[in-house]
Amino acid sequence: MAVETGSGVKSDPQIWRRESRGRVIRERIVKGVLAACAYLSVLTTFGIVLVLLEETLQFFRKVSIVEFLTSTTWTAAFPGPSAQYGILPLVSGTVLTTAIACVVALPVGLGAALFLSEYAPVGLRRWLKPALEILAGVPTIVYGFFALTFVTPLLQDAFFGNSLYGFNALSPGLVMGVMIIPTVASVSEDSIYAVPRSLREGAYALGATKREVATRIVVPAALSGIVASFILGISRAVGETMIVAVAGGTLAQLTLDPRQSIQTMASYIVQVARGETSRGSITYDTIFAVGMTLFVMTLVLNIVSYLFVRRFRETYE
Amino acid sequence: MGKSALLRLPFVGAGLLALLLVLAACGSASGGSQDGGGGGNVSGKIAIEGSSTVQPITQAVAEGFSQENPDARISVGGAGTGDGFEVFCKGETQISDASRPIEPDEQEACKEGGVEYIEVVIAFDGITFVVNKQGNNWAQDITSAELKKIWEPGSNVNSWSQVRSSWPDNPLGPSELFGPGSESGTFDFFAEEIADPDAEEPALRTNYQASENDNQLVEGVSGNPNALGFFGYSYYENNQDRLRALALDGVPPTTQTIRSGEYPLSRPLFFYVSTDALKENKAVQPFVDFYLGDLDTFVEQAQYVTLPSSLEQASKQHWENRVTGTVYNENGEPKGGDLETAFKQSQ
Repeated sequence: MAVETGSGVKSDPQIWRRESRGRVIRERIVKGVLAACAYLSVLTTFGIVLVLLEETLQFFRKVSIVEFLTSTTWTAAFPGPSAQYGILPLVSGTVLTTAIACVVALPVGLGAALFLSEYAPVGLRRWLKPALEILAGVPTIVYGFFALTFVTPLLQDAFFGNSLYGFNALSPGLVMGVMIIPTVASVSEDSIYAVPRSLREGAYALGATKREVATRIVVPAALSGIVASFILGISRAVGETMIVAVAGGTLAQLTLDPRQSIQTMASYIVQVARGETSRGSITYDTIFAVGMTLFVMTLVLNIVSYLFVRRFRETYE
Repeated sequence: MGKSALLRLPFVGAGLLALLLVLAACGSASGGSQDGGGGGNVSGKIAIEGSSTVQPITQAVAEGFSQENPDARISVGGAGTGDGFEVFCKGETQISDASRPIEPDEQEACKEGGVEYIEVVIAFDGITFVVNKQGNNWAQDITSAELKKIWEPGSNVNSWSQVRSSWPDNPLGPSELFGPGSESGTFDFFAEEIADPDAEEPALRTNYQASENDNQLVEGVSGNPNALGFFGYSYYENNQDRLRALALDGVPPTTQTIRSGEYPLSRPLFFYVSTDALKENKAVQPFVDFYLGDLDTFVEQAQYVTLPSSLEQASKQHWENRVTGTVYNENGEPKGGDLETAFKQSQ
């Protein structure tokens, strides 16, 4: 694609200049600063992992990893000799809200992306896409209170009556889904838009309808980008904190009933970190153990997404 | 402050009204404060942490104080009494709000941190048990024994009918129970008084919805027709349209029953002032004077119960004399039997 340059630049008499000492140093500084920018986030991640690991090991000196992964009761907010540290209730809360969010966000996000790139006239696309992306700019605490004071009462009045608890998994899950629609739509739209025109035109030439082109040609061709957008959206849902902390409740229970009150990993961390939990106490250590679990979950998601993208990437040239 | 505000007013009618308001405000603000707290030129930072029950009172004081002293910066947290003492004893805060007296191990922590303190009692609160006003048409009262059955550690109560046979079979399990978390003074007080008086460490059942944020508890109870929750009296007072308070052992929580101590879960509220902070931080003393100078107004504004006047006098005198330490003995009882005697004796 790009024209090979390199040595060609130097031989061009128009922009040839004598190498000066100052210039070399300046170039080096620029390179150094830019490299620092690139390494900063990697180093930060590395530091976070180290801290997490250290504190998590502290936790596992006091609580066996078997109990942590298999016990079905989590009462870490009430420290004492009979406290139980089974992460499963928090994992179930997280999985439940994430699943609800995905049910909303993945189809709607993909639909929006398809409409924007395949159906919408250029003029409409020009303002609809930024408008959709504005949704991503709403602070999550606002979404949280929207879920608690608007969506939950609405669901109670319209569908569930009293069987839906005031704090429940359903309402923050749905609102979280709305929150990640723009992420899914925007990223998958980019990859759909990148599918070459020639593929579409080839399909049309064979007599395909617009719907057939969209679903049989464009979506498979852009699959890796679409899946990447899904994984990105899921990662956001897994780590989302304020919405579930405000509207999901603080009851760590092992359930997959969306009408129940739940607690996710992130909202547990908020609950405990809000008080001045003393350093070194077991409650303090639980924050890091839960944080580590959360980190591992999103890391696995990201690795899966990376492998998937690499395996299924279609390159057009 | 009154004068300059007056001169700026353009209309006589509005001016007259404002004059009355300003006079009323100034009159009450400077009424009891001997050292002239509202000088208007106090600057500095005060960090206050502690009980979320006391927080509304202190917050009201901080707002009033900041209006008169725009350069003063006061932060009021509500992480819970226990958490409050933890940072207070490290010297990180200057004042600590508490919904129970300081405990022996916290006194020890303060000694280790080199923090001495003055104990000030400011109001009464009654831990109030509430149900959903619309959804619950069966419960009007509850007994200590029933509360113990519901809340004691290991309790397996799961329905209202298990508590009292005449109540319906509606659920009363983890999803229906709302209360403060284990860092809360309200939690400690209730656990020690009723739920589990013999335990060394205060403890309740561990499967209920715990939050240090009382507003979240209010939301929880008002969103669930079968719910039962408890928190400080003021959060009930402010949400009477959605919540109904249960009479406890036949005594309804009211201003009178809480002040007289007739209500079984009536308790005093405190704040603690660090003496080092008092010496080093020029804002602390005017702030406390401002607080105590108009104590009853602030307490009433936050919907709590004012102290009987003799106890209030004793508490203020205690502060004026800068008496350090707590008036409670190791068992958590006021020295000399009752609180007023304890505060008077200590001087």
